[in-house]
Amino acid sequence: MWKDLFVKKKKYAAIPSEPLRPEVPEGVMTKCPQCKKIMYTKELVKNLRVCLSCGYHHPMPARERIESVLDEGSFREYDAGMTSVNPLGFPGYIEKLEADRRKSGLNEAVVTGEGTLEGHPLAIAVMDSSFRMGSMGSVVGEKIARAVERAHEQRMPFLIFTASGGARMQEGVLSLMQMAKTSAALKRFSNDGGLFISVMTHPTTGGVSASFASLGDYNFAEPGALIGFAGRRVIEQTVREELPEDFQTAEFLLKHGQLDAVIHRHELKEKLAVVLAIHAGGGESGWWRN
Amino acid sequence: MVAELEFEKPLVELRRKIQELKEFMKTADVDLSSEIEKLEARLTKLENEVYANLTPWDRVQIARHPQRPTTLDYIERLFTNFFECHGDRCFGDDEAIVGGIADYDGLPVTVIGHQRGKDTKENLRRNFGMPHPEGYRKALRLMKQAEKFSRPIICFIDTKGAYPGKAAEERGQSEAIARNLFEMAGLTVPVVCIVIGEGGSGGALALGVGNHIHMLENSTYSVISPEGAAAILWKDASLAQRAAETMKITAHDLKTLGVIDEIIPEVKGGAHRNADEQAKEIDRVLRASLKQLLALDGEALVEQRYEKFKQMGQVSFLQETIRAR
Repeated sequence: MWKDLFVKKKKYAAIPSEPLRPEVPEGVMTKCPQCKKIMYTKELVKNLRVCLSCGYHHPMPARERIESVLDEGSFREYDAGMTSVNPLGFPGYIEKLEADRRKSGLNEAVVTGEGTLEGHPLAIAVMDSSFRMGSMGSVVGEKIARAVERAHEQRMPFLIFTASGGARMQEGVLSLMQMAKTSAALKRFSNDGGLFISVMTHPTTGGVSASFASLGDYNFAEPGALIGFAGRRVIEQTVREELPEDFQTAEFLLKHGQLDAVIHRHELKEKLAVVLAIHAGGGESGWWRN
Repeated sequence: MVAELEFEKPLVELRRKIQELKEFMKTADVDLSSEIEKLEARLTKLENEVYANLTPWDRVQIARHPQRPTTLDYIERLFTNFFECHGDRCFGDDEAIVGGIADYDGLPVTVIGHQRGKDTKENLRRNFGMPHPEGYRKALRLMKQAEKFSRPIICFIDTKGAYPGKAAEERGQSEAIARNLFEMAGLTVPVVCIVIGEGGSGGALALGVGNHIHMLENSTYSVISPEGAAAILWKDASLAQRAAETMKITAHDLKTLGVIDEIIPEVKGGAHRNADEQAKEIDRVLRASLKQLLALDGEALVEQRYEKFKQMGQVSFLQETIRAR
């Protein structure tokens, strides 16, 4: 009947779907949190997780990072079996660790080891924000300190990729002390002429930014990475003033003299190789020698 | 009169009663002295009970007491000829940290500490004891100076944390704290740190990489304030009381966790009841500490500090739980 044409269509209740979690790309497609374009995860990964449309640097899993900067097959992992305990008896902590272990396929929020980068041997630590937001507890601190000690013993440079929300609340003051532990290891390494390169990736905040992340002989960061000590919301609440759009981004830090360079992920390996080569010294010509 | 705290209410009432009876005895012609004596005995008993069973949250309240002695209060009582030095030589002078040289019963020392105020005016000047990067850089400058002239360093820790502000971020709050941790680890002179109030996170640790770390009995030291922990962990800042217990932030907790060396006993009711007596307690521990550390040479001091922090933390391998080293 004619009348039927004008009858409103039956309304359907909108059931909210699971919120999209662009930080943890799962499945075939990934949505870019910056430009909102949807792309094949496979292609994104092939592009080192740099958005094909806008250049946004998606968080990179530790294993992929290692693959992307080290020479193929050169990586040897340190302390792979080191895991967290629950020193404060914090309710639910063990379960959370277990869940993240399954989700990320990692034992903890940092992977350490050694390998070569364009032939230069080095010790490396890569943090992964998919494990407890990359937060630093006893294991993260200890693994990093040990990696620095190994670099020291073997007279290799130490390279770190940071990605962390800061100290791990569930390990309380022991997390805080990891800041001192890692910094002390770096100091000793530095005194003996060790080279330390820190590459800050999104996000690097709190206790991690206020310890080893900021202590590089060279401090680099990826474009757009959030880097800072206090959280933006906390600052807005205390100072009650408008913060600039680029506040606490890598570019903001560069402008304020806190970084040596902001480097695109596609150029990272090549630029790191340049720095390593200069430190390795001893060019072919040797004209300066008497 | 010092402000009373929540858990002290029963004591306050009893004290008032005793006072009332005393007043009454003066005006009326009755002898109540035996009554008063009894009540006073009960007060002493009750005091002992209350102060012996302080919860972590009670201690947080004492640590935050507005009249709790500050760094300058202790400097005045422990040292002579304190000469304050200002400025980081880069940007400015941060009054949330004080530092200078002093005489410790004949021993030249460098003293540095967070400084909060006891009233609003003083707190505004001191930024509530929450330093900016220039504060930490001033502290580091003074530590390096101490090292050059072979003076032991004494640090008083008393801050809610490093200041979370725009200017602080622009000037590199993270780097300033990190640099202090890094450089303190390498100092070739004795460093003794004493937590006298709140030890709030990285902002506290930036003066805390010492050979010995001591805490006043009612002070706290933690990765985040109880309120902050409650907000992050349970999305509810009003659960701070529970967080104070869960986070293990008291001197006794830190001793158990192997983070601090000695708990410095406080006068009954807390340091604010008698700063002079409290300073004497600190003096006793500080002397012993320095005496022990001054026997070590520079290299041994650096090594001792390194090992101290290296063993902090707990990890496991496979199924077996061991200490980090």
